[in-house]
Amino acid sequence: MTTLKAAVNGDDHIQGTEKALVTLVEYGDYECPHCGRAYYIIKKLQNHFGAQLRFVFRNFPLTQIHSYAEPAAETAEFASEHNKFWEMHDLIYENQEDLNETLLLELAERLKIPAKQLPEIWEQKKYAPKIKKDFMSGVRSGVNGTPTFFINGIRYDGPASFEDLVMAIEAIEANIG
Amino acid sequence: MSKILSPGTKAPEFELNVTADQTLSLSELLGNPLIIAFYPADWSPVCSDQMVLYNEIISEFRKYKANLVGISVDSYWCHAAFAKHSHLHFPLLADFEPKGRVAKQFGAYRDKSGTCERALFVIDKNGIIAWSYLSPVGENPGADGILEALEELQKKEARV
Repeated sequence: MTTLKAAVNGDDHIQGTEKALVTLVEYGDYECPHCGRAYYIIKKLQNHFGAQLRFVFRNFPLTQIHSYAEPAAETAEFASEHNKFWEMHDLIYENQEDLNETLLLELAERLKIPAKQLPEIWEQKKYAPKIKKDFMSGVRSGVNGTPTFFINGIRYDGPASFEDLVMAIEAIEANIG
Repeated sequence: MSKILSPGTKAPEFELNVTADQTLSLSELLGNPLIIAFYPADWSPVCSDQMVLYNEIISEFRKYKANLVGISVDSYWCHAAFAKHSHLHFPLLADFEPKGRVAKQFGAYRDKSGTCERALFVIDKNGIIAWSYLSPVGENPGADGILEALEELQKKEARV
């Protein structure tokens, strides 16, 4: 059984509260097409489970095969400083097919965060320590591709479909309940 | 499943092609810890590819001065195309002729499919296997086990 080595903490991007019965942690890459599909599935899961489900997103950019994964992660972290992490996260996935620097600048403008600062942020990799910390916590926890999910701290190795994830989450709820 | 060589065993010497005119041997790779990742085939789905993941964290392996090589039965032309496509920064060795000979010596050959198993070895600087792991063939074993093994090795060497 492969388990999450870094507990959910204050540095994480979290939707939902600690009162949720189940916490779903995703290690994701903004350019990965499988993560793009998983994005819509997670939205459905959130609708389905409501307050019972807490969702956490951690960065796992595969920078050598995805040229925009890192600038996208930097952009989302920058948005986070302006309290717009989830808005940016969602917009990137919803526009994943057009992902490039121009798109990221447009999205920043749309969210009214200072887009002008982005080129320098990408250049300097301003948020690299945070992104790397996420990445390494994933590696240490046995993340072996993107997306990798952990449900209440246990790696989920099943198919990333809505039905399968619902079953996995319900099974854990039943155990707790 | 195969029975792979276990810790404490001396790794068998090998020499395999990296490119048409370049080979690498075990003895050339030693002197520092060595990670050998046997894997079934180049070109598996990319976002969950084992070699792509290792490539991404090669700097972590280097913190332990470890070298990394991947070995499959693909030819060096296939390796070259895969390495270029995925921007790999470590060598892929072709266990191509006679097919799977090195994998067989490590107990990491799968007769049924005619490919290498997904098997990991961490070898110390003197050529002794410090850690080995055989993964279910459909499952990318990730890198957590390798990093733990390298850490152990470093601690052990500090004690000597």
